[in-house]
Amino acid sequence: MNKPLLQLSDVTKSFGGIKALSGLCCEVRQGQIVGVIGPNGAGKTTLFNVITGAYRANSGEVFLDRQPITHWRPYRIARAGAVRTFQNIRLFSSMTVWEHLLVAQPGQGAWWRRALPTNWADGAAVARAEEVLEFFGLQEVRHQSARSLSYGTQRKVEMARALTASPRMLLLDEPVAGMNHDEAEDIRRLMLRLRDGGLTILLIEHDMGFVMNLCDYLYVLDFGVLIAKGLPGEIQADPIVMDAYLGKEA
Amino acid sequence: MSTYTAGLLADVGILTLGALSVYIILATGQLSLGNAGFMAIGAYLSSYLTVIAGVPLTSALLIAATVSGTIGVVIGFPALRLKGIFLAMATLGFGEMVRSLFLNLDITGGAGGFHGMAHISVGYVWIWVGLILLLVWLMESSRIWLEMRAVADDETAANLIGLNTTMTKIGAFGMSAAVAAVSGGLFAHHHVYIEPGNFGFERSIDFVLAVILGGSTIGAGSLVGAALLVLLPEQLRALDDWRPAAFGALLIIVLLIRRQGILDRRLLRRLVPHKQTA
Repeated sequence: MNKPLLQLSDVTKSFGGIKALSGLCCEVRQGQIVGVIGPNGAGKTTLFNVITGAYRANSGEVFLDRQPITHWRPYRIARAGAVRTFQNIRLFSSMTVWEHLLVAQPGQGAWWRRALPTNWADGAAVARAEEVLEFFGLQEVRHQSARSLSYGTQRKVEMARALTASPRMLLLDEPVAGMNHDEAEDIRRLMLRLRDGGLTILLIEHDMGFVMNLCDYLYVLDFGVLIAKGLPGEIQADPIVMDAYLGKEA
Repeated sequence: MSTYTAGLLADVGILTLGALSVYIILATGQLSLGNAGFMAIGAYLSSYLTVIAGVPLTSALLIAATVSGTIGVVIGFPALRLKGIFLAMATLGFGEMVRSLFLNLDITGGAGGFHGMAHISVGYVWIWVGLILLLVWLMESSRIWLEMRAVADDETAANLIGLNTTMTKIGAFGMSAAVAAVSGGLFAHHHVYIEPGNFGFERSIDFVLAVILGGSTIGAGSLVGAALLVLLPEQLRALDDWRPAAFGALLIIVLLIRRQGILDRRLLRRLVPHKQTA
């Protein structure tokens, strides 16, 4: 079995008197697609925020490849390999698709290369951006303002931006929310290709068909508490999960 | 070239650099109203170096830019904890503090000012303007500039995709302070006399105005804005006492028609068509 890339040990995050995450322990193994599911307000996005450093855990530890990252600043965690997308798309309003793919390669290449025109001095960054652009099939829209694109394409641009950073782990917050079946299927295929290429993916998603067809392992949260974990088939049959989230068939 | 024309052109060049110093910070979404302070540091330090220490002017300008840039970085750390109007007020306070410092500093002549600098030609001024415009133009196509724009667009998202947003903003503050210092050094050696009153709040406002008017999304906009701010009042001399009012009205009209300023990338592409590359 692959070694764990991400580990959370007894992580708690509170906002005032409300515990958004309560003593959470979980791990994500390398090369797996792991899903986090649960009802709204279960603490899924808070979990992403704690992992990526946007929020600091009140207690407990987060490890990325055995390194404690609990108190690291977000940019350092991203550079260490955990890069995310957002529940509400957060693209840079002044940038084209192509610019999004260049900007998300911080810390890669000498500073003087980064200070000179990309096309002259930064061949590696251009090559990486070109590779990701092609992977997501975004060549047609490369010079368009990212914010002017359709919702589904904007989601793809956000994923592409995260991927150009060459992460070891991609954290996707509702990657197919608002997409039609064909677009979601397209994203599913891309994610499987990424996993087959060795990338680890942690995702939050409400589309159960999508999650069950894609994920290797699942965690279920409810009110900040881990109520179940296991293979998709096990989760679907778990009475606690059915009661708290999935519901029972009539 | 007449002395009058040369004087105007030199003033356009010096204001262009001052405006560029604001433009660099503005690229990260921050507004500085204290760049006249960095201009003063550049003016006094380079003048002291050339007049008292006998350092060649170009070296003095480079030293002044380095010192001012370092001060910019040091000031930037606490200042950039603030955002928006609060940062603008803090930088304004810094500018006034520097002006007050030189007002009370005997070594630089205090209120009586400082003189003895050798006069520089308009050509020398424009060599610096050309070089710095070229550097900014090159940087505008770089990843570092994209990082600055990302910080301006969405600082939280930028941080979460791996950009060290603090360093980006501090770096921009330092660069901005260095460019403002060169502007100050050139001002001092063109006018051959400086006093603290040359570097007041109005000077910082002129820098901001040149950027907003000329174009806040492209470096060359600073040149357009500076040219307008210096040359337009001269063209309106026929209006005598109504000149400032007419100039103000023109400013408002331009900003109502083009919020991004006169020059932007789209207009530049129309004026200078070029092939779009990857």
